[in-house]
Amino acid sequence: MKRVSARTANAAIWILLLTMPYWMGAIGGYTELATRVIVLGLAAMALNFLLGFTGVLSFGHAAYFGLGAYGAAMTIKYIVPSTPLAIVVGVAVGTLAAAIIGALIVKLRGVYFAMVTIAFGQVFYFITFRWNSVTGGDDGLTGWHRQPLDLGFAQFPIGTNDKAFYYFALVLFAVAVGMMAILLRSPFGRTLLAIRENERRARFLGIPVERHIWMSFVISCLFASLAGTLYSLLSNFTDPRALHWSLSGNFVIMAVLGGMRSFWGPLLGAAIFVVLQDYVSSHTENWMSVIGLSFVLVVLFFPRGVLGIIKRRIAA
Amino acid sequence: MTQVLLFNVFNGLIVGAFYALMALGLSLILNLSGVINFAHGGFLAIGAYLAYSLMPFIGFWGALLVAPFLTAAIGLAVERVLIRRLYGRDPLYSLLLTFGLAYILEDATRYIYGAQSVPYPIPGWLTTPLSAQFFFLTGYRLFMVALVGIAVTALFLILNRTRLGMRIRAGTLDLETVSVLGVNVRILRNLNFGLGIYLAGLAGVLAAGMLGLQPTIGTSLIMPSFVAIIIGGLGSLPGTLLGGLLIGVASGITTVFFPSATEAVMYIMMGIVLLVRPRGLLGEEGRTQ
Repeated sequence: MKRVSARTANAAIWILLLTMPYWMGAIGGYTELATRVIVLGLAAMALNFLLGFTGVLSFGHAAYFGLGAYGAAMTIKYIVPSTPLAIVVGVAVGTLAAAIIGALIVKLRGVYFAMVTIAFGQVFYFITFRWNSVTGGDDGLTGWHRQPLDLGFAQFPIGTNDKAFYYFALVLFAVAVGMMAILLRSPFGRTLLAIRENERRARFLGIPVERHIWMSFVISCLFASLAGTLYSLLSNFTDPRALHWSLSGNFVIMAVLGGMRSFWGPLLGAAIFVVLQDYVSSHTENWMSVIGLSFVLVVLFFPRGVLGIIKRRIAA
Repeated sequence: MTQVLLFNVFNGLIVGAFYALMALGLSLILNLSGVINFAHGGFLAIGAYLAYSLMPFIGFWGALLVAPFLTAAIGLAVERVLIRRLYGRDPLYSLLLTFGLAYILEDATRYIYGAQSVPYPIPGWLTTPLSAQFFFLTGYRLFMVALVGIAVTALFLILNRTRLGMRIRAGTLDLETVSVLGVNVRILRNLNFGLGIYLAGLAGVLAAGMLGLQPTIGTSLIMPSFVAIIIGGLGSLPGTLLGGLLIGVASGITTVFFPSATEAVMYIMMGIVLLVRPRGLLGEEGRTQ
């Protein structure tokens, strides 16, 4: 019975995602907003791989997201105008940085891990902020465009058509999410859950905890930087705010808002957050207060997130 | 060249003193309650703007005296109403709550005082350079260094010589035992939070005089404070002080030789410290777990 309902839920989610550009307009949105939901949703789900399923508190994922964004943008602008190559380079840059920084921090835990991850994120922020001639500094990197996709047998106009780009992003989203799901079901994923539940016991069982946390960190950052590449391709623009620690905080709140302990929770959280932010920032100048207040309210009243509450209701 | 270097070292020392003042408050709260107070920068801004609002009525010295205490009072109330509920829960939640609070505080100051930077008037005799050769040695800068020195000394005296300080130090090591011995831990944590916020308020008033007032004044100082804590060593207040001064001076020196790396240098230092000595310069072993 439970398996069947999980399968229906999955099917419903994919149907909603596949048709999103067509009903987003009906509820007052637009295609770009739909793309933003899946891109930021991917980033939040990537973070949750670490946060919810490994139990490691990372607060600096914007750094890898932003490195992906800049990697992709700079590839198209300076090296070769090819969208797939831009994505490959962006992901490689973000993952490499994560592998190096991850090695420095795997021994830290809890709040200290959070503090160090936030602080390290700022390095890349200042590099992009200061290195004007290459990164465009505070004004951001403009003067480049995502390119149409040419697979030889078929051409896709993702460069100009918003819907085409949505489906392009959705394909990558599906691949990334599928890989995360497979990883979480594998023995490796089960080991991560064991570390989350009881690190000491996992260590007694002979599990190399540090190595697993490092791997989980790198995998999580890999998908976060993939989301970053899509984010800059979406708007044909990127600026240092894509690396700023406030964005890291937004990723965490997305994961918590939707439900950290459920696989799809962060996507739901991202959808709520993106739509709320879009709505509030077009209606009031004080959108920061509204977003900040929503942080406080979520923590005080919905710490389990929306899906956490729903699951509880069903179980009761 | 020597003069430029000297100027930047001195400047770095002042900036480092700010970082240290901020970081000491953060460290106090983190050590006793396990809460990373992201809103610390917001409280710093409150201190600065309160002083700005009070100054027409009670003058520069009055504002300097009163504003940090008012900030601390707001801090006590915030701890009482919001943060207290989150002790003992996953640190993730207090992080998120104070993060949201930081957004609200920054937006509120922008709403009330406007996004533009406003100058913060300081007494004329403090702004004149003390010597023609060392033009950067204004009275205000020396005064700031002296005041930070006094504040830090007072803090360590409170921690080492008073009953409250003894309890805070004991609670940092083992809060449960302190509670069993009959100390009211709720009040202890509340006062400790207030003490930390007082330091933020004081840093705010001083920073206002040097940098002028703008709503983002606090957010730009919070990351270096994190770095100061990590470099100095988790759980060690002298370490935090050392860390703050160290990164301040290091950025000052870097400004001379490689200006575009002014901000990045402290993060590189943090990376080196984590690589060579993960517990920080003066940190105790085992506190990073």
